[in-house]
Amino acid sequence: MEQSSTRTEMEIVRKTVKKKRSKEEEQEEQEEQVEVFNLNNKTPEEEEDGGDLSDSEDSVFSGLEDSGSDSEDEEEDGSHEEDRKDEHILQTKNKKKGGLTKEEEKQEDEYRQDSSDEEDIRNTVGNIPMDWYKDFPHIGYNLDGKKIFKPIRNKDELDDFLDKMDNPDYWRTVHDKQTGSDIILSDDQVALVNRLQRGQFGDVHFNEYQPQVEFFSSDLMQHPVTNRPADKRSFIPSLVEKDKVSKLVHAIKMGWIKPKRHEEGEGRYYDLWANEDSSSGLARHKMHLPAPRAPLPGHQESYNPPPEYLFTEEEKALWEQQDASDRKCPFVPRRFSSLLQVPAFPRFLHERFERCLDLYLCPRQRKLRVNVNPEDLIPKLPKPKDLQPFPTTQSLVYRGHSGLVRSISVSPSGQWLASGSDDGSVRFWEVCSSRCMKTVQVGGAVKSVAWNPNPSVCLLAVALDSLVLVLSPSLADRQVVSASERLLSGPQGAEPVEGAGPVTWSDTEAEELNQGIRLKIQHPKSVQQVVWHAKGDYLASVMPDHSSHLQVFIHQVSRRRSQNPFRKNKGLVQCVSFHPIRPYFFVATQRSVRIYNLVKQEMTKKLQANSKWISSMAVHPGGDHVICGSYDCRLSWFDLDLSTKPYKMLRHHKKAVRSVAYHRLYPLFASASDDGSVIVCHGTVYNDLLQNPLLVPVKVLRGHVITQDLGVLDVTFHPSQPWVFSSGADATIRLFT
Amino acid sequence: MGGTQKKKYERGSVTNYITRNKARKKLSLSLPDFRRLCILKGIYPHEPKHKKKVNKGSTAPRTFYLLKDIRFLLHEPIVGKFREYKVFVRKLKKAYGKTEYTNAQRLKENKPTYKLDHIVKERYPSFIDALRDIDDALCMCFLFSTFARTGKCHVQTIQLCRRLTVEWMNYVIASRSLKKVFISIKGIYYQAEVVGQLITWLVPYQFAHDHPTDVDYRVMATFTELYTTLLGFVNFRLYNSLNLLYPPKLDAKAESELKEADDDDYAMNSESYLEKLSALSTSLAKVVSTTEEEEAQLDQFPVEDEDLEKMEAREREQKEQEAQKKLFEGHKFFLNREVPREPLAFLIRCFGGEVSWDKSVSIGSTYEVTDETITHQVADRPNVDKQYINRYYIQPQWVFDCVNAKIVLPVEDYFLGVTLPPHLSPFVEEKDGDYVPPEKLKIMALQRGEKPAQEEEEEDEEEEEEDEDDDDEEEEEEEEEEEEENNLKNLEKQRSQGKSLSVKVTAGKMKVENPARLEQEEKAEEKRLAIMMMKKKEKYLYDKIMFGKKRKVREANKLTAKRKAHDDAEKSKKKKKANK
Repeated sequence: MEQSSTRTEMEIVRKTVKKKRSKEEEQEEQEEQVEVFNLNNKTPEEEEDGGDLSDSEDSVFSGLEDSGSDSEDEEEDGSHEEDRKDEHILQTKNKKKGGLTKEEEKQEDEYRQDSSDEEDIRNTVGNIPMDWYKDFPHIGYNLDGKKIFKPIRNKDELDDFLDKMDNPDYWRTVHDKQTGSDIILSDDQVALVNRLQRGQFGDVHFNEYQPQVEFFSSDLMQHPVTNRPADKRSFIPSLVEKDKVSKLVHAIKMGWIKPKRHEEGEGRYYDLWANEDSSSGLARHKMHLPAPRAPLPGHQESYNPPPEYLFTEEEKALWEQQDASDRKCPFVPRRFSSLLQVPAFPRFLHERFERCLDLYLCPRQRKLRVNVNPEDLIPKLPKPKDLQPFPTTQSLVYRGHSGLVRSISVSPSGQWLASGSDDGSVRFWEVCSSRCMKTVQVGGAVKSVAWNPNPSVCLLAVALDSLVLVLSPSLADRQVVSASERLLSGPQGAEPVEGAGPVTWSDTEAEELNQGIRLKIQHPKSVQQVVWHAKGDYLASVMPDHSSHLQVFIHQVSRRRSQNPFRKNKGLVQCVSFHPIRPYFFVATQRSVRIYNLVKQEMTKKLQANSKWISSMAVHPGGDHVICGSYDCRLSWFDLDLSTKPYKMLRHHKKAVRSVAYHRLYPLFASASDDGSVIVCHGTVYNDLLQNPLLVPVKVLRGHVITQDLGVLDVTFHPSQPWVFSSGADATIRLFT
Repeated sequence: MGGTQKKKYERGSVTNYITRNKARKKLSLSLPDFRRLCILKGIYPHEPKHKKKVNKGSTAPRTFYLLKDIRFLLHEPIVGKFREYKVFVRKLKKAYGKTEYTNAQRLKENKPTYKLDHIVKERYPSFIDALRDIDDALCMCFLFSTFARTGKCHVQTIQLCRRLTVEWMNYVIASRSLKKVFISIKGIYYQAEVVGQLITWLVPYQFAHDHPTDVDYRVMATFTELYTTLLGFVNFRLYNSLNLLYPPKLDAKAESELKEADDDDYAMNSESYLEKLSALSTSLAKVVSTTEEEEAQLDQFPVEDEDLEKMEAREREQKEQEAQKKLFEGHKFFLNREVPREPLAFLIRCFGGEVSWDKSVSIGSTYEVTDETITHQVADRPNVDKQYINRYYIQPQWVFDCVNAKIVLPVEDYFLGVTLPPHLSPFVEEKDGDYVPPEKLKIMALQRGEKPAQEEEEEDEEEEEEDEDDDDEEEEEEEEEEEEENNLKNLEKQRSQGKSLSVKVTAGKMKVENPARLEQEEKAEEKRLAIMMMKKKEKYLYDKIMFGKKRKVREANKLTAKRKAHDDAEKSKKKKKANK
């Protein structure tokens, strides 16, 4: 009791010091206290007695019993606060108050008062775990320093149980470890415990929901809350603020801070083009390439397209297989029976975005779109009708050969046609009746046949294997036959030249003689072509060979002499030809045509054919123009006076050109090709050197059947009529008139 | 000799071009800024004629800008604004980093902005130029106005787009300049003729967008920025030209009526005003309210004989247009709630009709369903429960088809529950030789004022077939020639084998020679021969053109064949049903 009183004394002293410091503060504190105590909802007297709740540390730590005594102390505190205290006064007051409390306690609880008075077993060990005194006979010390002994515990489990059974207050009995005694809780205390356990306030009368009194309200009060005079700082301008403002001012001055901008909403738009003048167009605008507009939708984009625009199954499958960039139509046309069923287009945003990308990323280029009428592109040519005569229809077919007919030739009189075929025979036909007059079995595939162009003799040169035969078919009047005999008999004196060169001449005998074969010229290699000179005495033969210079021989029939005009191999010789008038000799190799002067024995010109592989060549009867057919489908026309390059390349054929021919009298030339057609062209050559030849295709003649990828193999004109003969791989010869 | 050696790639076309990266460095802009600038200023890459030369011998794919264009960009004041914005962002970050929120707030309030007025004026020096380029602007604004107000772009932009598009639609209604309309699977296409310019735009259907991830919205937003400015100015000018108030105000009379009706339903007046405008059901207020419009009569000029025809044609056309403008005048429409309200209201109002809808669908309805004077009710369901006798119940396609046909079509094909006739694109103009769907022919016949009848249809089809025959004639000729040759061959064979055959004399047939036919053949052959003589270059071009033509013919043939097959199938189905 004494200790606790001293403690309270100390507190009081502290508080008095505080209170002396300023009266006003105390007043304020009191005010505050009033507020705080208001919460307790006690009568004003009790409030005063209640004292500082914040001071009731002891009550927290002490047991239930102590809280009662502590509250007494606190009451004392409260009373002392009111009076100006001294220790003496305190003492007296203490006693007085003690009396007061006793009265109160009497009113409240009789039992408690008894227990506290009779056995004042106040333990002074403080708030320590009582386990520490477990092994001692005592449990602490009382105020006089005497040991408090543990009560003699003769209760065992059984007693406890009996007690539990018998004692109706057992449930409210609590064992106090500090004193070692049992305490029976009063009804109030039990109620308090129950309330606390439920989380309620300990005080029954406390109203948790009392209306709040707003201290600082919006209402203007008549009296100030405090009567304190205004501080000095409230009327002296603040330095800190001044500093801040000056900084802001400076920032505004410097343009670091800008005043708040006002949004202009409605008047944003005005007549931008109010004073437009068309003259002020920048040069930029002239150069500007406007973006093309988005294409307009077609029927198939409709939500309900005509049925023909919908995809079939195959089309849909194809569409799905295709890459997005290959698709003709970027979407699948669909049909909906009503507008209500049309869904959102899933690629709408993509398409708009792609359009945006196109607008700013796609490089633009000005392109001149040629809006050409295709009819205007077709060159204006003279009508074929005006260029007649030319062969137009197939009139005769000569049948009889069993192999493909490689070569044909018309006699200078125009009455006879000779043909050599792979079946080993040479046939002579009458042109007008298509009758086969004579067949000569030569025993080998015939590569080339050629009538002697001299009308006074009747001879035919035939090339097969490595032989060149000269035939006298005796299909003319006696005079001509005898003239040819005379030519063939040759110079009697100059016989012994034999064996000198690689070529051997020999006469034929018996059987062969009967057939009309008169001369045999044995070559070292297989002969591809034979050609007569216009005069009919000289004969050229071609033996294509890569490695040798022995490719061309020129034979003189009358003197039975052969010579090799070239010393060097200049390429694979394809065909040769004599100039019709002058002593020139044309040699076509794979890619070029060389022209040799036979008198001067030198090359005069080399024509570049611009084609891969020349197949055939023909010389214009005037001698100034040459045409070459090539295996790469072209026909090149050379004007010898003009240039060594072709004057014109004609790509009329779809397949390799096999043969070309000029007409002797008419301005016609023909080309035969593997595509089974013979094209007859009109090629006027003017005497005026300044005027270029006019080439007009006039007729496409078809008739030959393509067999084994071979079509027409040879073509030749009738010497006097505008007729053309062609021989093909289908073993026929046809005449077009 | 002397003289310094001239370096390669320092003269000529290479000096006119600059690569994108170099341009960016020259302007000292980041790539997004450069992109933005290019979009706003309308700078696009150019494809040089000799790419390799310009690319300094390399064939790497590069985009080239004209150097002049880039120099032009150097003086653009907006570049400075871009930089300001960059600085602003930096300051804002700093303020947030230092948790100076008032500072950040102040910075935000003063966010640097820029105006695009001068750019619009510069890109489109005249009003017509602006109109010519407004297609894309309209498409974009209509798209943006359908966006939900979530995330993808600023809400202000969406609202602005909506406002501008509504203004545009109101203008089109006021000027009655709509010409064509087409419901496609992508959306609805409209075409209007404004100040002599044909303007086409596409409006997506009103669905929430499934925002794809591979679309860069920043690019689209930049375009929209420019387009809203452009469209705003164009709208202003157009409204002024019609003596209408801009920003648009509703007619005083209409306004008061509407106000009575809907005052309590809408919270904010400002909000509801745009909605009222977008209802499209009322006319707009004019600057000077004149009720009568003076139609400018075309003056008659004395003209030459040659021009007379043209003149007449023009007059006829004008009359037609006038008639089209008044297409729905006197008709009173009511839209059911399942019908898309906006496009139909727009259409009907564009052609002078009156339109209303259920009050609960949208603001601005003018009369009820029960109105007895309604002539057409547009519905999109198989049948309507309560039908009024004195009005037609039609499907929405009727309105669209009427507009395209420029006449009021018979309503029978468009009744509720009837399978609709196909909806054709009005933008396709068939040249001769192109495929024309039979439905179009039918409509054309109706336009000519003929009565629709089954026989005529058939005739049309026949005519069509004949047309195709003409196309195929050439091929046929060739075929015939081949046939002749075949005949000849057969004869030859017979002749060659004639020995074995019994010799027989058959009565010869008179070969009738058709001189016209012969002449044609001759001409065809002439042509073929002339084609052979073409130069390589020309031949190539000619072949290409002919290939294109042939492909067209082939496609047309394919469509006809498909159609025929379809019709046959339908017929057989019908027959089967009838038999059953």
